[in-house]
Formats: sequence, structure tokens, C-alpha cells
Amino acid sequence: MGFKKIIGGIVVLGAIGAGAFLFITAPQRLPAETWAAAGAPDLANGERIFHAGGCVSCHAAPGAADDQKLVLAGGMALKSPFGTFHAPNISPDETAGIGAWTLAEFGDAMKRGTGRNGEHLYPSFPYASYSRMTVKDINDLYGYLKTLPKSGNVAPGHELPFPFNIRLALGGWKFLYLNEAPRVDLANADETVKHGQYLVEGPGHCGECHTPRDVLGGLKTDQWLAGGPNPEGEGRIPDITPAEGGFGSWSAGDIANYLETGFTPDFDSVGGSMVSVQKNMAQLPKEDRDAIAAYLKAIPAR
Amino acid sequence: MKLRILATAAALAIIGASAVVAADEPQVVRAQMMKKVGGAMGALSGIAKGEKPYDADVVKTSLTTMSEVAKAFPEQFPAGSETGHDTEASPKIWEQTDDFKAKAAKFGSDVDAVLANLPADQAGVGAALGTIGPNCGGCHEVYRVKK
Repeated sequence: MGFKKIIGGIVVLGAIGAGAFLFITAPQRLPAETWAAAGAPDLANGERIFHAGGCVSCHAAPGAADDQKLVLAGGMALKSPFGTFHAPNISPDETAGIGAWTLAEFGDAMKRGTGRNGEHLYPSFPYASYSRMTVKDINDLYGYLKTLPKSGNVAPGHELPFPFNIRLALGGWKFLYLNEAPRVDLANADETVKHGQYLVEGPGHCGECHTPRDVLGGLKTDQWLAGGPNPEGEGRIPDITPAEGGFGSWSAGDIANYLETGFTPDFDSVGGSMVSVQKNMAQLPKEDRDAIAAYLKAIPAR
Repeated sequence: MKLRILATAAALAIIGASAVVAADEPQVVRAQMMKKVGGAMGALSGIAKGEKPYDADVVKTSLTTMSEVAKAFPEQFPAGSETGHDTEASPKIWEQTDDFKAKAAKFGSDVDAVLANLPADQAGVGAALGTIGPNCGGCHEVYRVKK
């Protein structure tokens, strides 16, 4: 009888614990008033944020020619140690894409990784960076996305083995890794560096590839932008901190020029998945590339 | 004393010989070819940006270097040269050889088109680089793996 009571007690405690976990880590939505004052989107700024975020790099159909890249049909496969993710259709199509979403629903996906049906989204969609974006930029971006062509393509689902296919577990991941705090402390930075910090840590989501990850797939923020093995396969992602004997020898002008032209100071060229990123960066106003360069010179060397 | 000089000479000869051997390896040859293209690109870029004065000879020599490399480069990937000597060649070169060769051929034809109608000033060089330059990243996107 006593034994049964103990077991019963453990089961009850376990249920309470599980309940508490689910309560704490439930998918979050931002308060409705967050978006209330957003107003009419500034489409030119939306386009700028679109390029800063590099949406086409994952959401355009694989192999789409340059003039087809604005059709965000989805389907690109993103390999990772946890399985293969497939980028969804985010074109303004009302059924296959996100055309029927409200700004709040789009914003919850961007800033909280919460899907339209209240489900956790996988952090292969880099909301752990986008969480730092302003409400204005998200409103402008969503306005711009709605001007792009529709696609009826339905992208394949993610191919993830157990236990990574359990979406509920992502609540724990978010509890550990999703926040809006700055990645590095740059208290006395000037406006240019601060603007670069916003672009790199927020929409640009540079750290998602250039910062090494721990076993749970969270960024090792003490190694911010220090590079590491390529999670998609062979080769390495470069360290882009001002490290001596490496990227530290590039001037801010070299970095801005690379982002504009795709050429390094010694005229090697951009390669790998950075090719697509650099094409997006080349579309930005010069002041944005200069700001990114200034920030990369200001962060601690690793 | 004489012995030491002899020993040093012998050691230098061995180092020299191994360097010669390494320089013949396709992995090394093709890396050198890419460096030459980088150098040529640098020379043209200097003119396009106005850092260097326009010089028709430099423009022609640089483009000729690119043209020669574009034609010889795809032949530098024989079986057995997939790894070694810090090569950054992607295995995809041997899996999709036709596409790889087509990309090299396009680079060559873009360069030859510019050579046939040599840019006559700074702006012309800039426009030419706008045509030629994307070939570099276009190929490195798929076929080069940074180590």
C-alpha cells in the first residue's frame, strides 16, 4: 500500500512537472497592441530589410534564376545534425503561402518562433535572431512580401528523426536560447556600429552560420561569430571577428567591398552559401554595408 | 667545414626537388592558376576603381591570363587529385563534371568577348568586370569548399 502511494506520488509530481514545463514553454504570442500602431508599411524599407534578411537564399525555389528569385516558393533543403529542414512557401499565396496571415501572426513567427496555428517553429527559421528586429521593420517587411508573386507550390515537410520531430520539445530550446538581448556588449559604440549590430544580430542573422553551436543546437555566444565546422557538410565557416592572423587583417573598407563585390582583399572570390548572401548584401544601401563592417571591427576577437 | 657546406647543399637540393615535385601536382597547379586569375582581377579592379591609371597593356595582359586559365583549368582535375595538398576542390567537380566544365567555358567566353572588344577606359573596364566577375562566385558557390 505504501509502495503504491509512493509510485502514485511520483506520477502526480511528474505530471505537475510536465504541466509546468508545458506552461512555461508554451508557444508565445506577443500582445495584440504590439502591432496596433504599426500603420501603413514603408515598402522601400521593407525591400531593404528583405535583402538584409536574405529571405531569397532559403525561400526561393532551389536553382531559381535571378529573375525568379522573388518567387518565394520554398523547397530548399537545409541539412543539419538534427535532420533535413525544408524551407516553406512564404509567397503571398493565400493557401500555399502566407498571404492570409495577419501582421500579428507574421510577427509572432518572426519574433517568437510561433506558427499560425500556435505551434512551435523550428529554429532553422532563424527567429532566435529575428527576435531582435523592430516592429516597424517587421511591418514594412511583411508589406513588401505581399507585393511579391504568388506560388502554389507546397514545400516538403521537414525530415527529422525522433526525438527532433517532437515540436513540444522546442519550447525547452526556446527557454534556453530565444531572447532579445544583444549578442555582444558595445556600450560606447557610435550610431554606425549600433546600426551594424542591429543588422548583423537581427535581420542579417549572420551568427546563425558564423557562430558555433552546442550539442542542443544553441549558439555558443561566448564564441560569437568565431566560425566553426560547416554543419551542412564539408569545410569550415570562417571566423569573422577581428582575429589576428585572420579576418582581423581586413579593414572596414575591405569588408564593405567584399559584401558589395564578392571579392576579398587579395581577389579571391566569395564561395559556398556565402555567394547568395553576398548577392543580397550587394542590394543594400552602401551605409548598411559600411555599418556591418564597422560592427565587425568593433566586436571582440575570438 | 666543407662537409657542412656539402650537407647544407644536399639538404637544399632535397627541399628544392620536393618543391618541384609538389609544384607539378594538379592540386598545386590549379591553385596557382586561380591565384593568377586573382592577380589579374586585382589589376583590372584597380583600374576600374581609379586607384591605378588606365593602361591598355595591363588590361590586355590580365584578360589574356584569364582566358588562358579558363581553357586549361578544367583539365587540372584528373582522377586521384580529389584530395591532398590542401585542395579546396569540392567532390562535386567529379560528380557533375559537365556542369563544372560548362561554367569554366562560360567564364572563358565572357573573357574572350571582352578581349575581342578591349575596354578603352576606366568605365569600360568596370563594365567588363561586371560581366566577368560573377563567374568567380558562380563557380565557387558549388565547386569550392573552404577549409
